[in-house]
Amino acid sequence: MTAAMTTSSFPFGPVSAVRGRAVVIAGDDIDTDRIIPARFLKCVTFDGLGEQVFADDRAELSGEHPFDRAELQGASVLVVNRNFGCGSSREHAPQALMRWGIRALVGESFAEIFYGNCLALGIPCFTASHASVLSLQEALIADNYQELSLSLATASLENSQGQLWQLELQSGPQQMLASGQWDATSQLLANDGELARTAASLPYINGF
Amino acid sequence: MSAGTLYDKVWDLHRVAQLPGGSTQLFIGLHLIHEVTSPQAFAALKDLGLPVRLPERTVATVDHIVPTTSQARPFADPLAEEMLATLERNCSDYGIPLHGLGSGRQGIVHVIAPELGLTQPGMTVACGDSHTSTHGAFGAIAFGIGTSQVRDVLASQSLSMGKLKVRRIWVGGQLQPGVYAKDLVLHIIRVLGVKGGVGYAYEFAGPAIDALTMEERMTLCNMAIEGGARCGYVNPDAVTFAYLQGRPYAPKAQAWERAVAWWRGLASGADAVFDDEVRFDAAAIAPTVTWGITPGQGIGVDETVPTLEQTEPDERPLAQEAYRYMDLQPGTPIAGTAVDVCFIGSCTNGRLSDLQAAAAVAKGRHVAPGIKAFVVPGSEQVAAAAEAEGLDQVFREAGFEWREPGCSMCLAMNPDRLEGRQISASSSNRNFKGRQGSATGRTLLMSPAMVAAAAIAGKVCDVRQMINTTP
Repeated sequence: MTAAMTTSSFPFGPVSAVRGRAVVIAGDDIDTDRIIPARFLKCVTFDGLGEQVFADDRAELSGEHPFDRAELQGASVLVVNRNFGCGSSREHAPQALMRWGIRALVGESFAEIFYGNCLALGIPCFTASHASVLSLQEALIADNYQELSLSLATASLENSQGQLWQLELQSGPQQMLASGQWDATSQLLANDGELARTAASLPYINGF
Repeated sequence: MSAGTLYDKVWDLHRVAQLPGGSTQLFIGLHLIHEVTSPQAFAALKDLGLPVRLPERTVATVDHIVPTTSQARPFADPLAEEMLATLERNCSDYGIPLHGLGSGRQGIVHVIAPELGLTQPGMTVACGDSHTSTHGAFGAIAFGIGTSQVRDVLASQSLSMGKLKVRRIWVGGQLQPGVYAKDLVLHIIRVLGVKGGVGYAYEFAGPAIDALTMEERMTLCNMAIEGGARCGYVNPDAVTFAYLQGRPYAPKAQAWERAVAWWRGLASGADAVFDDEVRFDAAAIAPTVTWGITPGQGIGVDETVPTLEQTEPDERPLAQEAYRYMDLQPGTPIAGTAVDVCFIGSCTNGRLSDLQAAAAVAKGRHVAPGIKAFVVPGSEQVAAAAEAEGLDQVFREAGFEWREPGCSMCLAMNPDRLEGRQISASSSNRNFKGRQGSATGRTLLMSPAMVAAAAIAGKVCDVRQMINTTP
């Protein structure tokens, strides 16, 4: 699948581009408790999490939160600032974003576990400089959140006015997403002989 | 690029293969699971028709959702009951040992694995919980993972990982009386920031670290993640070995001697190369309290809430958000801030020495009127040890509630939570907005002794004044 992801299907196979409108959530250090409060973790499937994403922030803003605004329903790109997704390792956070419709993130920086959790779901996290992200956030708002296009191959974003932002995407994740091998399980299982040899060489596995 | 550090050595020993895309397949020596982040991983495994690769390398317990008042089954909360029942079924289906309620070994996953001797130097340890960094206290490389990665470890006993850089955090001097490992780590995060450790493993070293007990080292490494470092560790030494010897899963007899020899050789050598180093002086650190909405927004108990002018320009928007949310005025002393709820417990500070330090403050004193104060031991073993030395009685006589083990109000997935705008003095690890179960609830992080002092005084106060005076 090389076409843009739609909100009706979760990432599957090669991910080469994401098209759609973008939501801006401004602010540094937005933690995963904010993205999905702990009370919603009382579940044995991820199914219901899309409704609950940013639950407390949305309640506080009573309808004015970007995730509640009518014109942003169906958006697929989330633009954030520094250290987004810090705190708890809960995969429920990217799962909730994905189930709301997010298929790519652009930010100044991401917490490490969150970044890996997104990759494991086929969701690229692009980075850009502080100035670049601020200009993008301003342009999105000025542009009234018109559709934009993100390319993984060139790590670039283009808005409906033809403005271009150069982003960064780590080469490893870029390759994994482009090849469709972002879901690590099958790769890990392919090296079972090497795994057995590694285990056999570890003193603590073998009674020292 | 780092070389010759414990991190480099353990990484190299656990490398299985290079994966397409450049990441490394890393063997996981110990996999810990609990009820919150594992059910979807087991469901994925079932969908894929895969077995658990090495069931004996995974160990389960239940901690996040357990009530701390009555642990009788079924739980009053049907969702909590379903989560535990699902964990029990998955462990039974796949042959994974589960240290359940009433087993004598249940507790917070990061408390029980060390106390059972499961966590050992030189291991790679993974768990679907960010505070897995705790286990680095033993000289293990330990890190939190998401649920897709829990699935990967179950299926393959390995993970796709990128190697981190290594920053040595050298701490000279010695902590002063009334200043604990919690204050040390809150101070480090205050200085280096909550993003400072992103991309790094933190090696904690120096005279002040050498002098820490294993429980103190666990507190320190536990909060490495709050500084952005996915793992933190301390090199194994005689303190580590003395703690481990005789524990149920520790090596015995001749294997013990061989293990100690191997463990000693893993420590970072004198010629180790670090990507970065930062130095601190332990003697200069005061009891530290957070005033804001990230663990990096901390100050000494004798300081005032920083003004905007005292805040780095790029941290000012967050400071303004914190003033509004916490309803604290910049420039006012943090000491004297009235609290409503006092919580002693969590994977950061729910171990025996934490309860001893808090009980020493509580003994012969009483919780201030109108304050709800409660103590949640980190595990059934911690509870039993505390009760054996009468700490439960000390706390009860002082007006604290003595509860059953679990994660409790650290993240409020069980019935223990803040109500409305309540403000807590808490020995846990996160003061995020809404963290303790109320969307408007407020958290002040501090050491267990400082929480006890706050409970007695009804407000934030300097515990050094209480431990230097008799009640």
